[in-house]
This record gives sequence, C-alpha cells and structure tokens, in this order.
Amino acid sequence: MENLDWLLQGFEQAATPMNLLYAVIGVLLGTAVGVLPGIGPAMTVALLLPVTYNVSPSAAFIMFAGIFYGGMYGGSTTSILLNTPGESSSVITAIEGNKMAKAGRAAQALATAAIGSFVAGAIGTALLAAFAPPISRFAVTLGAPSYLAIMLFALIAVTAVLGASKLRGAISLFLGLAIGIVGIDFLTGQPRATFGLPQLSDGIDIVVIAVAIFAVGEALWVAAHLRRRPADVIPVGRPWMGREDWRRSWKPWLRGTAYGFPFGALPAGGAELPTFLSYITEKKLSKHKGEFGRGAIEGVAGPEAANNASAAGTLVPMLSLGLPTNATAAVMLTAFVSYGIQPGPTLFEKEPLLIWTLIASLFIGNFMLLVLNLPLAPLWAKLLRTPRPYLYAGILFFATLGALAVNVQPLDLALLLVFGLLGLMMRRFGLPVLPLIIGVILGPRIERQLRQALQLGGGDWISLFKEPVAITVYVLMAALLLVPLVLRLMHRSEETLLVVEDDRDQKEKAAQA
Amino acid sequence: MTTTEEPQQNPVARTVDKAQYIVCAVLVAVGAFVIYDALSLEAGFAKVDPVGPKFFPIAIGGILIVLAIVLAIAIPRGSVGEADAGEDVDPNTPGDWRTVGLLVGLFVSVILLVNPLGWAITGTLLFAGAATILGSRYYIRNLVIGAVLAVASFYAFYSGLGIPLPAGILDGIL
Repeated sequence: MENLDWLLQGFEQAATPMNLLYAVIGVLLGTAVGVLPGIGPAMTVALLLPVTYNVSPSAAFIMFAGIFYGGMYGGSTTSILLNTPGESSSVITAIEGNKMAKAGRAAQALATAAIGSFVAGAIGTALLAAFAPPISRFAVTLGAPSYLAIMLFALIAVTAVLGASKLRGAISLFLGLAIGIVGIDFLTGQPRATFGLPQLSDGIDIVVIAVAIFAVGEALWVAAHLRRRPADVIPVGRPWMGREDWRRSWKPWLRGTAYGFPFGALPAGGAELPTFLSYITEKKLSKHKGEFGRGAIEGVAGPEAANNASAAGTLVPMLSLGLPTNATAAVMLTAFVSYGIQPGPTLFEKEPLLIWTLIASLFIGNFMLLVLNLPLAPLWAKLLRTPRPYLYAGILFFATLGALAVNVQPLDLALLLVFGLLGLMMRRFGLPVLPLIIGVILGPRIERQLRQALQLGGGDWISLFKEPVAITVYVLMAALLLVPLVLRLMHRSEETLLVVEDDRDQKEKAAQA
Repeated sequence: MTTTEEPQQNPVARTVDKAQYIVCAVLVAVGAFVIYDALSLEAGFAKVDPVGPKFFPIAIGGILIVLAIVLAIAIPRGSVGEADAGEDVDPNTPGDWRTVGLLVGLFVSVILLVNPLGWAITGTLLFAGAATILGSRYYIRNLVIGAVLAVASFYAFYSGLGIPLPAGILDGIL
C-alpha cells in the first residue's frame, strides 16, 4: 500500500492550482499540435523542452503528461475529419472513423475516440502505477552486465522489429550511435569527434537533435512536397453518443486496452500491431459486420483505445528501466536528463515524489482531456484549416527559438540546420527516425555501462555473461533476430499473414465501392 | 500498410532510386570521420578498461561503412525506402527542391544575422521569409505576424524564463 500513499502524495503535488493550470496548458497545446498536420506529440515535447528549462521539474512533467495524451487524441481527430493519419498507429482509426464522418456520424466517431482514449488512458495509467514500481525494484537488483544486456535488447528490438526495412533501421540506428560519440570520453577525458569545438565537449544537446530531426526535418520535407489543394475537412458539432453507440463501444474499448498496454510495455511492441489486432477482433466479434469498411463504430472505439493504452504502456519501461521505446518517451527522457535526473531503475528510489507526481498528472491530464475536448471539438476542426505556409513557417520559427534558447549560441542553430537536413534525408529515403533518437540516447549509456561493467569485472569479458538475467536477455535477443529469419524460410511470416488479410480487406472494399 | 490502394507495381518495371546513393555517401563520410577521429585518441590502455575510448567509434564507423556497402549493393536490385507520407505530404509529386533550397538559404542567413541583428529582427525575417517561400502572398501580414511572434517571444523568454536571447542592434531599445 506504500505505492498508494505515494500516489496520493503525487496527486497532492500535482493538484495545486498552478500545476492544474500547467496541465490545462499541456492538454490544450498537446491537442492543438496533435490536430495540426505535421506535428506529433514527440515534436511538441521536443519544441517545449527549452521552455520548461526554467520551470520546476514537476510543473514540466505535468505539462508533458497533458501533451502526451493530448497529442494522441489530436491525432485521432485529424484521422477522423481529414482521413489523413499523422502516425501509422492511427491508420486504422482513419479507415472506419473517416467513413463514419462522411456518413454524417463525425460527432459519434469523435466521441467514441475521446471516451475510449479516456478509458484506455485511465486503465493504462493504473496498470503503469501497479507494474512500474515492482519492475524497477527488480531492476535495481540487477548488476551492470544485466542492465547492459537489457539496453542492447531495447536497441535491437526497436531497430529490427519496428519498421519495414531492417537495413534502413540499422542505418538510422548507427547514425544515431555515431552522433552519440560526440563529446568527452568519460573514462579518459579525451574529446571525441568534437571538431575541436569546446562547445561540443558535453556532446550535442539532445534537445537540438530532437527538434532538428522532428521539427526542421519535417518542415523541410513538407516544403518539398506540399499539397497544393486545400484540405477537405468535414465540419463537426459537439461530439455525443447515443445509447446504441455506448452499447457497441464499451467492449471494444476494454478489448483494445487489453491489446494495447502489453504491446506498449514491450520494447518492440509499438502501437501499430495492437490497433490492427483490435480492428480484426472487433470485426470478427461484431454483430454488424456489414458496417465494417463503411463506418463501424467498433472499428474506431477498439483501435483508438489500443493506441492510447499502448502509449501508457511505453511509460512502463521508460520509468522503471529508463528505456525509451517510442519517440515521445525518448524525448521525455531527455527532459529527465536536462533536470539532472538520471533515468534508470533507481528512479523510483531516488525521485519517488517526482515520478508519482508524473503518474498522478497522467491521470489528471487524461481526465482534463475528456472534459476539455468534447466541447472544444468544433474549434479543433477549425484549426485544421490553418494556412499551411503559416503552419510550417511557425514550426521553423519555434524550432529555431527552442534551439537558440538552449545555450544562446548560433552554433546550436548551425547544428539544427545540419540535423534538420539529416531529418529531411531520412524522410526522403524512408529511414525511420526512432532508431536514430534511441541510438543517440542509449549509445553513450551502453558504452558507459559496458566499460563500467568490465571495470567491476576486472577487465574480464566473461564477467559480462555471468548473471542469469543477462544470459536470458541475450537468448531472447538471439531469438528475436533469428525467428523472423526462420519464419521467412517457412514462407509464413506473421507480416505476410497480416498483409494478406489486409489486401483482402482492400479488395473487398474496392468490390463494394 | 493499409494505404496502398494502387495495384502492385510490376516488379520488372521497377525503377532504381539512384538518389539513394546520397545516403551511402553520408554513411561513408560519417563513418570515415568517426574512425579518423578515433585513431587520433590516446589509447590509455588499462587492464580494467579493455574497451578503451577507441573501440566504440571504430566499431560504429566500421559498421556505418559496411551498411553503406550493403545499401549500395541493394539499390541497383530495386531496394527503395518508402518516403514518409503525411497529412500535408504527397510523396508521389516530384520534389520541390527549389523551395527547400530557399528555406535552407534563409536559415543560413538567420544563423549569421542572429547575433548582430538580434532575435527580434531575425525572428521576424525567419517567419515572414519562410511563410513567403512556402507560398503565402500576403507579404505585409507575413511580416506583422513574424514581428509579433519574435518580439513576444523575446520578452517572454527574457522576463518569463530568464533566458536573454540576443538583442543585437536593438539592444537598449527593447
């Protein structure tokens, strides 16, 4: 029950009028940028990192909690009203949700997405509060070799399992690792890859990298391919649901949550697979199979809940192990570092109040999202009509402002441009962004952990393979890399099964149309 | 995965995306630099630090070069990365690289001018310039929005957050 006490203390911290104001700002900002095309939650947190430098850590995290859930919800609004999913995890929402909107049921689609997100977020956060502390208590007992193995596992999982092309994932990862080298070597004190610039001896500021890759890279990429035709937004009133909608929605919400959370908590789970699984399940179980493909409410409720629950799930490895597994978590982790908080399994021991405040603010942010967004939906729909030149000029403006504010030196702006161009290149050639960010964050920590583990083991490599957890993780890692190969040899990889199912869907839909 | 509604392209008619060799060049450049830099380090060899400061850079640089070679082999065989799609992005249109070039040029001038001119002026120029380059024809409105954003953010950062952004030639006026 100790955790419950901490949670109550967290609520006490988070529920001051000033902090509640930060939560409102966070939710509004998060939803606004989530709705705006081209900006995701990761980019929002990255852009706001410099702003929060001079705010207290708890206030900053409360705001991030609002942004985290707000951004997620904003994305689904865009999918439903515009049929243009911003992230792969809201592709499924766009399929049924936009059909519903076209059939004049936009209000119900938005409502089931909002309430489903709330339900999934509340359950997911509760599961996070229940699971993260024991996992971190277990992780604290692990030695450096085990921790090293777990970090390597996360690195490989994110690169090899997510994304379509393993080669391109690896390219992105190793570019990130190379960026992570920059700075002073922690054991011998020598500058590495700093171009002789003393400003780089602490490494390249991760805020600058994140803002450059997410914001500048995206703005440049959009500039190259801006759609010249105006967006076709479906107007919407206040979201509401009838009795029948509730009856058809509540089970998909719960099933979606059950899919989403475990996938999010796994290092390579992601949000795409659970949303897809949820969609298939709802289609199988529904009594209204004929509506699927033409706007079935279950097809919005389930995947939306799965998406949000998976987002809550990604916070489990982030808070209990210090491992980021999606872009937003990665950027939030850099916020910890900028406050001098060392992410890792000792977080719950060293900063319990801060962490529980964050968890409490997730509950608060999630609730505020529901309260604020149902009445504000028509406003968000208007936001979708922002003239694109202003939107992307604004992104460039705030990216520059953010990078300049970190150290107030033009060198950071030059780095912003260089990494912005790198981000542009990655988007053009289909290199995934996430492995790069994870590589920048985890690379230096893996090197440090490896060399510290070896120091403790007297320089003996065998000492790395003596802990049972480490060995288990290495076996899992090998399995992760080998199983897809074996499956491919058997011509029945999971991926092809999904694609086949998907193709059939598309064909059926094409036939109906 | 679900957005591919067009029929599968005939594998024979697949075009080779030669621009991907840029990625190879970047990988080789980064890899070579990291290795070159690592070779200039003192080994500082100690029994308890068998890894040393050189191992990671050399390994990462080496793998980057290997990846460049693998990609270079994969490109002529028709390996293509799927370009990022998005709300405002239509990857099927030919790239408008002139706009990108203008934006990069604008950004370089911001880097050079931010200290002498100060944030209030360069910020205005950045927003108005970017909006104009991206196709907004209301030049006065672009400038006004830019000026409001730049001056407001200057004061917000100065008094609200205690971060003094460069004031430049307006030092004393602002």
